[in-house]
Amino acid sequence: MAEQQTGDLLKTPLYDLHLELGAKMVPFAGYEMPVQYPLGVKKEHLQTREQAGLFDVSHMGQVLLTGEGAAAMLESLVPVDIIDLPAGKQRYALFTNNEGGILDDLMVTNYGDCLYVVVNAACKAQDIAHMRAHLTDGVELTELNDRALVALQGPKAAEALSRLAPEVAEMVFMDSRRMKIDGVDCFVSRSGYTGEDGFEISIPSSDAVRLTRLMLDQPEVEAIGLGARDSLRLESGLCLYGHDIDTTTTPIEASLIWAISKSRRADGARAGGFPGAEIVLGQIASKDCARKRVGLIGEGRAPVREGTELFDADGNNIGRVTSGTFGPSASASIAMGYVATAFSPLETVVYAEVRGKKLPMTVSRMPFVEQRYYRG
Amino acid sequence: MSDVPNELKYVASHEWIRVESDGTVTVGVTDHAQDLLGDVVFVELPGAGTELSAGDEAGVVESVKAASDIYAPLSGEVIEINEDLEESPELVNSDPYGDGWFFKLKLSDTSELDDLLDADGYAELCEAES
Repeated sequence: MAEQQTGDLLKTPLYDLHLELGAKMVPFAGYEMPVQYPLGVKKEHLQTREQAGLFDVSHMGQVLLTGEGAAAMLESLVPVDIIDLPAGKQRYALFTNNEGGILDDLMVTNYGDCLYVVVNAACKAQDIAHMRAHLTDGVELTELNDRALVALQGPKAAEALSRLAPEVAEMVFMDSRRMKIDGVDCFVSRSGYTGEDGFEISIPSSDAVRLTRLMLDQPEVEAIGLGARDSLRLESGLCLYGHDIDTTTTPIEASLIWAISKSRRADGARAGGFPGAEIVLGQIASKDCARKRVGLIGEGRAPVREGTELFDADGNNIGRVTSGTFGPSASASIAMGYVATAFSPLETVVYAEVRGKKLPMTVSRMPFVEQRYYRG
Repeated sequence: MSDVPNELKYVASHEWIRVESDGTVTVGVTDHAQDLLGDVVFVELPGAGTELSAGDEAGVVESVKAASDIYAPLSGEVIEINEDLEESPELVNSDPYGDGWFFKLKLSDTSELDDLLDADGYAELCEAES
């Protein structure tokens, strides 16, 4: 995780609640955030896989785009179909730069009369400036700085949340609805960052503590920190911006071709038209890029962490790990990283240099733990 | 407050030492150390037969958070390692003074035992660090 030391750390609306729950707070993306609670990282991870976990992700940026042409405007910045995103649906997207690198990844929801966008905390200011710089006539950008964002994740999340908001039971993966929860106007999407079924709930700051307590009062739910959030998303093969993807990685190199909508590809209805399109579509057409993001499973149990160099059997440096840990549910040393394309096929064995030893790791399919999204 | 058994000896790098009846010593990390480390997921130990000097790096404990070195508290030869930690590294958290032990040493210089901290000395040190 990108921990940074800054003088003035920001606090989310749930800060006091974290302290009351006994959280250990750390600096993260300019905020003071809970890295773990007394349960501890491993139990928090397993709790989320087995029951339900509640995460404060209020540090992330929430933005509304309104006005005619908002979808076309956002679509000009991402290789993703936003114009035909159905009302009530959410989609994963990437801001690309002119070199085809990734400026950030984001979630976009069409609420019918507006687009609701969630971006990473560390990229928030830059993303908002980027969108503002590309605003077209009649399109307005509103920063939702007065809203908290929490994620309720796990196989029991729907059961727990439907006690407070029965209509969430009708939603499937990536559905989004605005609804009242205990009288409060919330934005709810059935999605998350753990590989489990679950929801992300945007709540006005003034009611955030009260609604969060209502969720924590459900017997299935425990508060979960950033530590477990990281091991959960890694087991699910999900990228962490600034680590697994950044401005130097194209969507093709990052193995995120699936995120590039058909309509934006070379033979699509609205082909190209996003920054770096020539490079990105060129890499899709030629199937040629120098390196690829892959999943890696270690033979032994030693964690292989971010920054670890990867070698072939002859000792040539062929890549580097971008995220790695011991996966509590995978029960294995898991990692993702970039390798020279020749080493990207599944079952290829590469060697991670850890404390002077070369540890064999096998290129493996991701997710490392089966995703359990609710598709109805 | 973490558990600091009276019958053990300690070093400032948070290892505990138990002197056995045959003169060998058993080494592990303290309750305080395992608490700081968090959930242990991997332990790397020296091979049996390794000659260590006091203060040498003797292995690594990896938790969900980070890797931390283990130091040899005394000089001697590694005569046995805790093989159970390979499959069950969580024993370091659940039973740091029992099943979570790391290795046994045959001492080369028993006078080094005089340099170790007793329970009170170690508890004071933890207090000062916190």
